[in-house]
Amino acid sequence: MKIRATQAIMECLLEQGVDTIFGYPGGTILNVYDELYRYQDKIRHILTAHEQGAAHAADGYARSTGRVGVCFATSGPGATNLTTGIATAYMDSSPVVFLTCNVTESTLGKDAFQEVDITGIAMPITKATYLVRDPNDIPDIIREAFAVAAMGRPGPVLIDLLKNVTGLDVMIDYEPLPKEEHQFHGRLADLRKRAGWDLTPPAPNSDDVDKLVELIAHSEKPMLICGGGVVRSRAHEEFRTLAEKLDAPVAITVMGGGGFPGAHPLTTGMLGMHGSRSSNMACDNCDLLIAVGCRFSDRVATDPAGFAKQAKIVHIDIDRAEIDKNVKTDHHIIGDARQVLQMVNDRIPSYQHPAWKEFVFSHRPKAPAESDILTPYQVLRTLQQMCPQDTIVATDVGQHQMWSIQHFHFDYPGQLITSGGFGTMGFGLGAAMGAKLGNPDKTVLHMTGDGCFRMNGQELATVSHYDIPIITVIFNNHTLGMVHQWQNLLYGGRFSQTDLNFAPDFVKLAEAYGVRGRRVTNQAEMTEAVREALDLGHAYVIECIIDTDETVRPMVSAGKPITEFLLD
Amino acid sequence: MESKEHTLSILVENTPGVLSQVSRLFSRKGYNIDSIASGATEDPKVTRITIVMNGDDATIEQLAAQLRKLLCVISVKVLSTEDAVQRELVLVKVKAETKDKRDEVLQIVSVFRASVVDISRETLTISILGDENKAGALMDLLADFGLMEVVRTGIIAIERGVRTIYEDTKESGEFNYGKNVL
Amino acid sequence: MTQTISVLVENRAGVLNRITGLFSRRAFNIESLAVGVTDDKNISRITIIVDSGNNVVEQVEKQLNKLVDVIKVRTLDEKKLIGRELIIVKVSTSTKTRQDVANLCQIMGAKIADISSTTMTLELSDTPDRVDLFESLLRPFSILEVARTGVIAVQKGSGKI
Repeated sequence: MKIRATQAIMECLLEQGVDTIFGYPGGTILNVYDELYRYQDKIRHILTAHEQGAAHAADGYARSTGRVGVCFATSGPGATNLTTGIATAYMDSSPVVFLTCNVTESTLGKDAFQEVDITGIAMPITKATYLVRDPNDIPDIIREAFAVAAMGRPGPVLIDLLKNVTGLDVMIDYEPLPKEEHQFHGRLADLRKRAGWDLTPPAPNSDDVDKLVELIAHSEKPMLICGGGVVRSRAHEEFRTLAEKLDAPVAITVMGGGGFPGAHPLTTGMLGMHGSRSSNMACDNCDLLIAVGCRFSDRVATDPAGFAKQAKIVHIDIDRAEIDKNVKTDHHIIGDARQVLQMVNDRIPSYQHPAWKEFVFSHRPKAPAESDILTPYQVLRTLQQMCPQDTIVATDVGQHQMWSIQHFHFDYPGQLITSGGFGTMGFGLGAAMGAKLGNPDKTVLHMTGDGCFRMNGQELATVSHYDIPIITVIFNNHTLGMVHQWQNLLYGGRFSQTDLNFAPDFVKLAEAYGVRGRRVTNQAEMTEAVREALDLGHAYVIECIIDTDETVRPMVSAGKPITEFLLD
Repeated sequence: MESKEHTLSILVENTPGVLSQVSRLFSRKGYNIDSIASGATEDPKVTRITIVMNGDDATIEQLAAQLRKLLCVISVKVLSTEDAVQRELVLVKVKAETKDKRDEVLQIVSVFRASVVDISRETLTISILGDENKAGALMDLLADFGLMEVVRTGIIAIERGVRTIYEDTKESGEFNYGKNVL
Repeated sequence: MTQTISVLVENRAGVLNRITGLFSRRAFNIESLAVGVTDDKNISRITIIVDSGNNVVEQVEKQLNKLVDVIKVRTLDEKKLIGRELIIVKVSTSTKTRQDVANLCQIMGAKIADISSTTMTLELSDTPDRVDLFESLLRPFSILEVARTGVIAVQKGSGKI
């Protein structure tokens, strides 16, 4: 049937089950927004304060729901404002389809108003980019883009439509096609045929699995790493089965949060630079290290050459290019974490490793001291005790991020939403909005610091306008805490440009946006504030005044072995 | 690890931006390419890119792995100098203003089994096919006459014997899986 | 429309990326691209054949000229250029067909670079048209693999870039 090209865009989004779009309109994307107006009862559009906020929101929506996020922006500055959000999604393998419009064909490449080569700019930070010049390609390209974003190792893709392609008088042939059929038609079919792959992941190599089974049988001190791949493939149950059958300690990376129960007796906590003593000691002493869906980043393998030096390292990943990239491994299995772990679980008996576990768990951290001044620990403990256990936590980046991940227990994939790879300050509020809109029944906490909050705090306008009940918790230490900590430990206490003692009044700022806020300085006030926030049912900002010199512990310096703790 | 010369054969889908996507991976890590040639294949939709560069084995393997993840890349093969036919074509425009000089140049050309593709009153344009050493030696000799222009195609290579870039190995299977992935 | 552009560039990492980016930005398809060092090791010469559709490449030429690493750009006159391309092709052969392939090579001026019991690897450098012809003549013998350098070109006569 013949329909408007812009109508085909909406129909293709509906084919994918898209119900929410985050975005910001502008000149070149006017036609698409005009169509969106007609589809407003089928597709909800959230107008953010800034394109970056929209990008993070789409990302947060994707991470928390496991579905593909969608984000719209106009050409030029609209498109470039997305880039930090695109890169954040790319580094953390989050599936988001970004749709931008560009100038008309006749002005392409002539530096027209608000023109930028966004497909060129986005190339290094996306799985694929598409420049749509022929309106008839729209259905095919959108279908391909969604498939590419979601399949295998997920990630963002960008579709850039020339304005003339979206002309309201442009009619194209469109045949509705159920999502399952997409791979058998058009470009996707060509792509599959040429590369010889399928949208459903092929089975992992059976011999490779057998080899791991054998390595397990010979291991006396096995250890597991739960990486982001476990979360992305929703393989948490299979992973848990493996850990329990193996009776092996489990370290969880930042991206792996939610892949294995945080309070499970086998959990050693985070690994690497701010890893627990148990995790890092286990890693250094194990004889078999099975890493699932992790890429041994420099924050985990701070010293890649000496990482897990006594162990045979087995890497299970969906991305072949990750094998031997950062850490040299002894064996690898390529496949979807869930499928691989199922196969492994079916082939191994249950083991017991009491002595090994005793060694690992003998490295317990000492309990934090109580204090009259509010401590990060008290803030986190209060939240943990009062919020439901399935509360979704979205964080920004820095000390508060590490504290939150160390302290909270995440039990299911999508419960922790954090910018692990790219370390994007200002990620949290947008991500929390996306998470709340994707999970209206769950409590959503936005953990942030005074530095991060100021980066994208204007999204409080969006939170307020759409009445998105997020609880923002600001750790206000009046400094860029993590950088301050490094300066204190490694730069002789020369606090160059990290003093933030000139922040606005966050409570008043929240109120200016129409959001209730409260400043707390001790345990009792904190408890009251959380009670009030939970009862209110609308957005709420809690500003927690903490000491400037609070540190994230333990800490290993960049480039040093993970057992050389700079801070205990 | 030891750095040595490697040849990468890459089959790609022939669409705008393909070369950018491929060359980006090299520039990202600051690797300089010694030579790159991109030409048609038996399938009009497919282009074959040959890249010669220096690096240690691990680096080259990682680059190959990243290349294989690109949607537009169909196949990648790392060839070693020993088991591949490697050739390059060079066009040289050399000064030869007098008959004596022309004769001298023509002599050199015939010794090297190169061929003259154009003659003007002051110049000769010569084409030579061969490996790097042969072209280099010829150019050294011609330099005395004055080289006006040198154009090289960059090296292309095909494996000796029956093996081809299309071959199925376990690794290519893993990467096909990786395609799924990117 | 197809056009041949010669570009002299500093031989540095990332140069090629910048140049190809200028073409892809305008959605021009590069049909062939050959990069090789010149007599000066620090300078590479890139020959690009581009299908620009109905658009002119003049704008791209200007943009190329602006790049810091680009030394010289010239769009060659299609009527006055000497274009050459090199092809290496592997065909599958039997004892019966081997002689036919060898004859064809002789007629076309190609050389046999490698031979195995079931394959022959051939090389030919010639004008792009003749290379196309050679490839099509080989097709009946079942082509296993083809590598072409892309076209390099210089202007006829004594002119230079």
